[in-house]
Amino acid sequence: MIENQELKIIDISALEEEVSNLFSGDSRMVQISCAKIDSTLELSYSFDKDGKFQSLRVVLPSDVPNQVPSVSHIYFCAFLYENEIHDLYGVDFEGLVLDFKGNLYRTQVKTPFNLPEIRKEEAK
Amino acid sequence: MSKRTVIPFGPQHPVLPEPIHLDLVLEDEKVVEAIPSIGFIHRGLEKLVEKKDFNEYVYVAERICGICSFIHGMTYCMAVEEIMKVDVPARAQHLRIFWSELSRIHSHLLWLGLMADAFGFESLFMQSWRIREKFLDIIEETSGGRVIFGSCKVGGVRKNVESSAMNAILEKISRYEKDIMEVSSVFMNDSTVKKRLCGVGVIRQKDAFELGAVGPTLRGSGISSDTRKIGYSSYGEYNFEPVIEKDGDSYSRCMVRVRELRQSIDLIRQTAGKLKDGPIEVPVKGFPNGEFFARTEQPRGEVIYYAKANGSKFLQRMRVRTPTFANIPALVRMLQNSSLADVPVLILTIDPCISCTER
Repeated sequence: MIENQELKIIDISALEEEVSNLFSGDSRMVQISCAKIDSTLELSYSFDKDGKFQSLRVVLPSDVPNQVPSVSHIYFCAFLYENEIHDLYGVDFEGLVLDFKGNLYRTQVKTPFNLPEIRKEEAK
Repeated sequence: MSKRTVIPFGPQHPVLPEPIHLDLVLEDEKVVEAIPSIGFIHRGLEKLVEKKDFNEYVYVAERICGICSFIHGMTYCMAVEEIMKVDVPARAQHLRIFWSELSRIHSHLLWLGLMADAFGFESLFMQSWRIREKFLDIIEETSGGRVIFGSCKVGGVRKNVESSAMNAILEKISRYEKDIMEVSSVFMNDSTVKKRLCGVGVIRQKDAFELGAVGPTLRGSGISSDTRKIGYSSYGEYNFEPVIEKDGDSYSRCMVRVRELRQSIDLIRQTAGKLKDGPIEVPVKGFPNGEFFARTEQPRGEVIYYAKANGSKFLQRMRVRTPTFANIPALVRMLQNSSLADVPVLILTIDPCISCTER
């Protein structure tokens, strides 16, 4: 195994506090990513401290508009990841320090990674 | 209060190797704010993972970027191998290091040439790229491709490098090292280079850390952080330390890359000493099921590949966080209070690779 990686699933209400604690503990923000898994969106916030890698995960429903508190006021670099996730998945981040308002990526289709599913009606 | 003007920089500019747009807010000749805008070459390569078999996707990962191609492929393979618990043979691990360090050398030489071109030192640009051509020849001899190596696969590597070939390569590298030293000495000592780079685009250590900078941008500000030290792909067996400089200016970032050239040559020599006979690949059976964040050190900094799989031949998610993406906030900070004439140098100082950034 290359390295042990910690993953902690947290509630959205605990996100800012957990990220603040990591910032106070001199952890470097590595990345924020989003994955659409079945009918959920998994937001993963990854940090590194002295080579130790850990992630916080928030799970959201994918078929409703989502509001997530931005952590860009804690880690400035988060603005870029949050804008990217907004453009690709349609997640709204409240309190973004630099908001591109959906213009970071020029995609032909809006939120291409989180398109609504179209189901064929079953033949009777 | 001075009048403010907004000047668009890019997406097409002579100094930019790839398209990125910056809105520069100026007061006279001073940049007070820089707003980046990307998305000109977004190709949706992450979405493609849902359509390509996990073995085939290596070819896509390698083509995310032409300069750090091999390490992209390798990091993707590492993510899948960790999920599938594949034990990559030792010879393959060392060969991966061999090609990674060659990749680093050719990338840094490319950057040195572009930087010299940016501040008008054309002959230094040509000398840097002339030496780079020799390393590309070695890469082509060993892997079959100059830029897109195609030599990494899930479970190992596709090509072998025999000991006789390795000895010949080491001999060539010793000769090329003299050329590298000559070019390096110009970057380190020439007064015109120092005039353009010293004290320009200073990022303090605290800011570099908080802005999420990686690679030479982070190490140039005095932070000892090199992803190779986590020991992936047998790097744990190698003797090296992160190259750091303290001043946090463009000259420091340049010096980090110059010194890493020599470090990479040393690592290649260590690789030759550690290569033992054995297989270069193992068969990979079944499909991945699980998730992992693989991280490696590209020439530009730390790259992260997040892979999530559910037991089918297609991955559910492949997320790539490239070093240039992580360095953009640091670039925005560097540009504040800089002179308009220094903007091209500052943009190049993070070694931007926009095809990596946008995927």
